[in-house]
Amino acid sequence: MSNKTTSPALLDPSIVFPAIKDAFIKLDPRQLIRNPVIFVTEVVAAFVSAIFIRDLIAGGGEAVFSGQIAAWLWFTVLFATFAEAVAEGRGRAQAESLKKTKSELVARRLKDGREEKIAATLLKLGDIVIVEAGELIPGDGEVIEGIASVNESAITGESAPVIRESGGDRSAVTGGTQVLSDWIKVKITVQPGSSFVDRMIALIEGAERQKTPNEIALSILLSGLTIVFLIVVVSTWGLAGYSGTLVSATVLAALLVTLIPTTIGGLLSAIGIAGMDRLLRFNVVATSGRAVEAAGDVDTLLLDKTGTITFGNRMASEFLPVPGVDAHELAEAALLASLGDDTPEGRSIVALANGTYGVATPDIKPDLVVPFAAETRLSGCDIGTRRLRKGAVDSVRNFTGLTEAECPPAFRQAVDKVARSGGTPLAVASGNKLLGVIHLKDIVKPGIKERFAELRAMGIRTVMVTGDNPVTAAAIASEAGVDDFLAEAKPEDKLAYIREQQRGGRLVAMCGDGTNDAPALAQADVGVAMQTGTQAAREAANMVDLDSSPTKLIEIVEIGKQLLMTRGALTTFSIANDVAKYFAIIPALFVVTYPQLAALNIMALGSPKSAILSAVIFNALIIIALIPLALKGVSYRPAGAATLLRRNLLIYGLGGLVLPFAGIKIIDLAVVFLHLV
Amino acid sequence: MTLIGWVQIGFLLAIVLASIKPLGLYMAKVFSGEKTVLAPVLGPLESAIYKLSGINRDKEQGWLAYTLAMLAFSVAGFVVLYAIMRLQAWLPVNPQGFAAVPSDLAFNTSASFVTNTNWQNYSGEAVMSNFTQMAGLAVQNFLSAATGMALAIAVTRAFVRSKAETVGNFWVDTTRATLYVLLPLSIVVAIAFIFLGLPQTMDGSVTATTLEGAKQVITLGPVASQEAIKQLGTNGGGFFNANAAHPFENPNAIANYINIFAMLSISAAMVYMFGQMTGNRKQGWVLISAIAVLLIAGIGITYWAETAGNPILTSLGLDPSMGNMEGKEVRFGQAMSTLYTAVTTGLSDGGVNSMIGSYTGIGGLVPMFLIHLGEVLPGGVGSGLYGLIVFAVLSVFVAGLMVGRTPEFLGKKIESREMKFAMLAVLILPLVILGFSAVSAMLPVAVAQIGTPGPHGLSEILYAYTSAAGNNGSAMAGLSGNTVWYNTTLGISMLIGRFGYVVPVMAIAGSLAAKQKIPSSKGTFPTDTPLFAGLLIGIILILGGLQFFPSLALGPIVEHFAMTAGQTF
Repeated sequence: MSNKTTSPALLDPSIVFPAIKDAFIKLDPRQLIRNPVIFVTEVVAAFVSAIFIRDLIAGGGEAVFSGQIAAWLWFTVLFATFAEAVAEGRGRAQAESLKKTKSELVARRLKDGREEKIAATLLKLGDIVIVEAGELIPGDGEVIEGIASVNESAITGESAPVIRESGGDRSAVTGGTQVLSDWIKVKITVQPGSSFVDRMIALIEGAERQKTPNEIALSILLSGLTIVFLIVVVSTWGLAGYSGTLVSATVLAALLVTLIPTTIGGLLSAIGIAGMDRLLRFNVVATSGRAVEAAGDVDTLLLDKTGTITFGNRMASEFLPVPGVDAHELAEAALLASLGDDTPEGRSIVALANGTYGVATPDIKPDLVVPFAAETRLSGCDIGTRRLRKGAVDSVRNFTGLTEAECPPAFRQAVDKVARSGGTPLAVASGNKLLGVIHLKDIVKPGIKERFAELRAMGIRTVMVTGDNPVTAAAIASEAGVDDFLAEAKPEDKLAYIREQQRGGRLVAMCGDGTNDAPALAQADVGVAMQTGTQAAREAANMVDLDSSPTKLIEIVEIGKQLLMTRGALTTFSIANDVAKYFAIIPALFVVTYPQLAALNIMALGSPKSAILSAVIFNALIIIALIPLALKGVSYRPAGAATLLRRNLLIYGLGGLVLPFAGIKIIDLAVVFLHLV
Repeated sequence: MTLIGWVQIGFLLAIVLASIKPLGLYMAKVFSGEKTVLAPVLGPLESAIYKLSGINRDKEQGWLAYTLAMLAFSVAGFVVLYAIMRLQAWLPVNPQGFAAVPSDLAFNTSASFVTNTNWQNYSGEAVMSNFTQMAGLAVQNFLSAATGMALAIAVTRAFVRSKAETVGNFWVDTTRATLYVLLPLSIVVAIAFIFLGLPQTMDGSVTATTLEGAKQVITLGPVASQEAIKQLGTNGGGFFNANAAHPFENPNAIANYINIFAMLSISAAMVYMFGQMTGNRKQGWVLISAIAVLLIAGIGITYWAETAGNPILTSLGLDPSMGNMEGKEVRFGQAMSTLYTAVTTGLSDGGVNSMIGSYTGIGGLVPMFLIHLGEVLPGGVGSGLYGLIVFAVLSVFVAGLMVGRTPEFLGKKIESREMKFAMLAVLILPLVILGFSAVSAMLPVAVAQIGTPGPHGLSEILYAYTSAAGNNGSAMAGLSGNTVWYNTTLGISMLIGRFGYVVPVMAIAGSLAAKQKIPSSKGTFPTDTPLFAGLLIGIILILGGLQFFPSLALGPIVEHFAMTAGQTF
């Protein structure tokens, strides 16, 4: 990962203390009603508190019990709001630094030809500002005049400056970044308060956070279960009445809260925020939570070849000498001829000769250095009588003065061979003699093939998009192990491909940076724009990668999957927990009327009251215990769905069934030991 | 438990298993509108029906139109049945000269037969005329079963189709279910029953003179035909009050075997049909295996509990070798009685060949719990399948997220709309069962009808509402249900249990049908594996258990522990 920000310790005091305060603020029922399960818990907690006060006034020993139950019910609610507050706090910490840079900005606005200084926050859409070297760009916008190098490390963490100029794909600038040289005129393209940074902060802070589709569906399940258990608890009162048991309201309240899915209900929003936060730590900003969820569902990844699958530049991989010339001789000639070539390709030839072929760069000063130029398409040097040249095949052949037919057959075969394998042949000549061919090729990034195999195991197809011709594309595709490729791809081809995939019911993710990528970015289910890209691309996408690293798409998918898995794991865990709670509470409820039901007390809990209190305490503490899991996400390894399911069912399903038996028993021992009831 | 008992049980289940595939394939053909072997005979009849009733067989309906057609059909069925019962004194074929059925009982019975419950708060031989039995009750035995099948087909199509606006034509599905499936099978089974000695006559009764010289009136009637559709349609309403314990309904071991086979076969085969129609037979088998595990566990526990017997009776000097034979027919024995009981409750059939009220605590808990599980083992014809699909959808939703994708079942994404309606459907059973049980348990008028006080009385109430809401129809006899309170509330329970459940389920079907079918990949949650069967079993058990554990603890569980402790109530 190029620039992963270190994540703060889980219990960083600077996050925890404000979170405790927030946890209390979040008790406001108007806020809490967004979370039905915890809202019900709060209502029940208030109800039991009222009973406690009544018991206190009435005297007798009951207040000790109802007071403790009430306290633990309040803790349950507080733990849930605390979980959300911590998740928000972690995200906010990340956003805070960005916010800081923004608030102090001063803009030099051009108005009616005059320049005036105003606070950046007062800038309006369409304002034109001028920014000179050393100044910070006051808001998101488009360069309309001038060219400048800009340090975007405040946002990307990348220290190398980038060039921003008017027109083309490099015209977008972000507020808070610094101009290093020259000057630019910037037209502000966003309304105040809706800039990129503002939106990011809003998403993390929760003010604008909307529930994602899956979160809504899950909330419905949880609310439904809450209603079911409400029916169960109320009817239990009636059925127990028939049997001559008057179940106390405190106990029924305890039963209800332990049965409703408070664990997942309390952690649901924290999981969602933590997912956004995890993305942010990977320097990816999602403009909606929906996109993060969709990332988990992606079946097809559209990846640009250059920079994602291969290193950006072609590199020399092999020297192919003609008969009569040995490889060492060719390598040396190529090396000398490339001394005047400062392009990455030229450097790669030197590196190959130095490395694989063991030819040291000789310490001689050529009489004449011919630098590489786009017009001549060759470079070389003259050393005494040796006139060494390397470059495009045609250019070098022209230099030698040979016609195509006069070239040695072995040379022509080598050129063909390289071209067929998808590489680019370069010729090397000494005077009028052709020495051989250099094989330039796209070098597939190490490890990328394994990465694609992992994705395939997860059921995700990878599609390489390239401007290369089909032959070259096919060669690289097979070397990189992608499932499909799109050769000679124009932006509209991408769009068409995405539409076709979507018609087949697949979800597609892609990344892009140019304005002409915008339609495809908008069409894709997950569109990731590069921070270095144009404003149009960034508007169309639903995520922005601050590092501008196209490989990120893979991490984004994994983070999406991890988010969904965490939700599923805690839901399963929460529901499985109820079995043990029943075995704690049901015998405790009815054992007075029917002593036979003591047989159901398989945990051998101390007394009915200690059993009920223990179940309530367990129910509250499990939320706190699972906060780290909710924030970090369940451990994730790329694997097929069947494997993941087996593993997670074992851990969270079976674990959720068994763990509370032990947990409640231990708490009960403590409750009895401390004589709490 | 004896080896021979298990062999009997095993052999029957093996026959059912063997019938699943051919019957499932046949039904898949019928409901895909394909020609079947019976087309030459029934095709013209089918066409005539459409022509007479003005049905355009090619015009399909959206989920709402389909559901409204079903509701209209059921309301009409209800009204006709109610009218027949109220007017039977003036209607023909009333050899015993029965008077009109009282209004509350007629309401209860109409609700009962329209919802495929067949809860009987009456003795057929003492209240219902032969005309009512044949033109009223037997007709609904067919129609309510065909309605259930049609609904299940519509839900199945939701998974077959992609981006579809329609789910089929209710009238066509109901007609084809009746003509091609229920009617031919009923004829075959009825003829077999006649051979086995079941009466099939229009005579009301014969009068015999006993050895002591007393006169005995023996009720007769069209029993064999009634009995065939009672089982095939998982209706369960018997001709006689004693139901399948009556020698005229179920005279011998072979008749008993056919009884159980008839009720199991269609429901089980429909699950296979679901796999076949959705293009994934393995899915069908996985669902069937989940059902089988739960059902066989239910059979095993009941069989064990009943053969273990009652230690109280043993201490009184009774021979314990037969187990708890109270309320069971000697001609069936423990194995065939408990098998019948587990199957009839797992199935939403509700016919009985032994008195569940006389079962031990655990023996009585299992049938009740099997209904609590939602009548999906494999449930009533049709209703079992769509109930099972709701559970599958819930399982996929709860655990599906754990594979890192939003949940999908058979290529259909399960989203908030589906969850909303699934939870609505899930709420129905606890709301009706626990709600009415709790009220009845506190209401003196209701408590007064209990046969046995103490926890068993609570079991009786709980069982009645469980049976009604689950559209099962079996009873833990003892409770005198023929009162205004019970007739009314049980009738309401049956109606809500059927229609309150099926309307949201159809809404799910409509929503899923409209969705695009997503191709599966290695990243897709696998639903056709043994692991999924295990998950489904877990979800069914945990959901059922969580909802009903407290009430069961106060009823049958107390009974069980009391019995083992030698205590009676």
